Amino acid sequence: MFAHLIQGLRGAGLPTSITEWLALMAGMKAGIAEYSIEDFYYLSRATLVKDERHLDKFDRVFAQCFKGLEPPEGMKPEELPEEWLLKLAEKLLTPEEMKKIEALGGFDAIMKRLKELLEEQKERHQGGSKWIGTAGTSPFGAYGYNPEGVRIGQDKSRNRSAVKVWDKREFKDLDDTVELGTRGMKLALRRLRRFARQGAATELDLPNTIKSTANNAGMLDLKLVPERHNTVKVLLFLDIGGSMDDYVKLTEELFSAARSEFKHLEYYYFHNCPYERVWKNNRRRHEEVIPTWQVLRTYGPDYKLIFVGDGAMSPYEITMPGGSVEHWNEESGTVWMERLTGHYRRSAWLNPTPKQGWGHTRSIALLNDLMEGRMFPLTVNGIDDMTRELSR
Amino acid sequence: MAGFKSTERYIASRDLEVAVNASVTLQRPLLVKGEPGTGKTVLAHEIAEALGYPLIEWHVKSTTKAQQGLYEYDAVSRLRDGQLGDERVHDIANYIVRGKLWEAFEADHPTVVLIDEVDKADIEFPNDLLLELDRMQFFVYETRKTIVAKHRPVVIITSNNEKELPDAFLRRCFFHYIRFPDRETMEKIVQAHYPDIKKDLAREAMNVFFQVREVPGLKKKPATSELLDWLKLLMVEDLPVEALRTNEKQLVIPPLHGALLKNEQDVHLFERLAFLARRG
Repeated sequence: MFAHLIQGLRGAGLPTSITEWLALMAGMKAGIAEYSIEDFYYLSRATLVKDERHLDKFDRVFAQCFKGLEPPEGMKPEELPEEWLLKLAEKLLTPEEMKKIEALGGFDAIMKRLKELLEEQKERHQGGSKWIGTAGTSPFGAYGYNPEGVRIGQDKSRNRSAVKVWDKREFKDLDDTVELGTRGMKLALRRLRRFARQGAATELDLPNTIKSTANNAGMLDLKLVPERHNTVKVLLFLDIGGSMDDYVKLTEELFSAARSEFKHLEYYYFHNCPYERVWKNNRRRHEEVIPTWQVLRTYGPDYKLIFVGDGAMSPYEITMPGGSVEHWNEESGTVWMERLTGHYRRSAWLNPTPKQGWGHTRSIALLNDLMEGRMFPLTVNGIDDMTRELSR
Repeated sequence: MAGFKSTERYIASRDLEVAVNASVTLQRPLLVKGEPGTGKTVLAHEIAEALGYPLIEWHVKSTTKAQQGLYEYDAVSRLRDGQLGDERVHDIANYIVRGKLWEAFEADHPTVVLIDEVDKADIEFPNDLLLELDRMQFFVYETRKTIVAKHRPVVIITSNNEKELPDAFLRRCFFHYIRFPDRETMEKIVQAHYPDIKKDLAREAMNVFFQVREVPGLKKKPATSELLDWLKLLMVEDLPVEALRTNEKQLVIPPLHGALLKNEQDVHLFERLAFLARRG
């Protein structure tokens, strides 16, 4: 039953399993949803979705699977206030058509035509009286207009019907492939926490205690082992200025998220590609430069190195000595990248530009090669993958 | 079986009701997420009340281990008793300390178990509870006994989303995300908590509250629990309604803002915005 729902969900990338599917079936059998489509929606949502990031995807798939299940509960077109229709007319009809209609009998005729259009749409598409033309199914499309976003809505409390609940897509903000707020960042960065046994002694080490008690001729000798502590050390290299200006905000979000996450967090700025010098304070980038060698000496290979940058530059800035746009660099970016990634056991590059475009920019492809494919998009998913890679 | 419904004190949306009833009927844990202060923990109390079951609360901390919910073996006292020649030492069962889940499993009547803030614990914590929550049984290694739940308890798990929970764990739960209530629901909630609040005070306070929530860049947006605390303060202080009245454009710092804004940076931000609003 409803197998196309689970197929649709899995197709949309939701990790829905058979277990959950069977749970939904059991719930249906137990009569939790009874005969209400709305309750069925709630029940299937509670069973099949386990993460608020997926709620929006679920709503979309659900709407697709059960389109046309609910009778339309919108306003009848004839009940629409005239002003709305007038506004629509302005938007929808070309001047020529307006003239034609005017010749036919003025605005009354326009309204009549619009009502016909609305009527027609209602027959074809559910809830059509609420939204006009959110998709290609709108009959308006055939006339060559783009009425997207024109809302002939009704009073909020009137559209409480079930279809509207998922059509509202209230969880859009929580989808993880698009939005990346500080919260989402934090979530993903927490993966970086690796629990290593270092720190203060707090836990009783039972086998060792028994052993040393026995050695102690039966006198109790307690042994303790260190409690787990978060010991992840992170070294951030942030691209600043130039082509990164668009991404400064995103980078800052990552930065602020990262900052509260690690005890050992060091950050340095570079421009486009790291060379022999980096800096800590962007305002004084020319006075207070720090040799990259010093960074390499100061922070051991156990630090996890994360570059953040869009990697968009001329390929020469990476491959050639003297390629930097800011100064004369004795050694090429390739040399420095190899030095950095060679020194640190775990490193990754986060790229705020969409992944689809990476192949088209030569410098990004170059950097990705230098990173041995460890370049990740700056989305929650990307950070997730990155942290998994880093904590391996 | 008595279903879970909105009560006089707790306003539950329809989707929450369905989720709770599904988890009660199918005897699977219910995982509740949502903004802090939207009533996740209170939900368990209300469910217990609605079903008439006793509530067993297990508050999870960063140091909590899954084993602690089942039982703990107090090896140190046994060693000490052994040295002192205590008779009790011969029976290992004397040193088994029961945990919250054991308590719930052994109870003669069904219970509601609240595992609060499961995300605070170690990442392995939920994984360690998989079998226990699935089959509602566990094995006590020391005494070689299996503890099986007499009645499967209703398990409510809350999470603040600080860590991601493993898939295997999620698969066994029902899930509900408590959304921040809209104004209409919020009015109902306020009415439920303070039935004798003055209408105009509630209305003005609500205006201010939603205005504060809309201020961009707040570190911690005030939620339901903050609003309720603040209203209580306003009622105790018996402030005149005029003190709250604002017009749409102008932003003023609400009286007793300490209940709404919990972060000095937020207060500071608010002061700056209010200052700008006055000047402009």
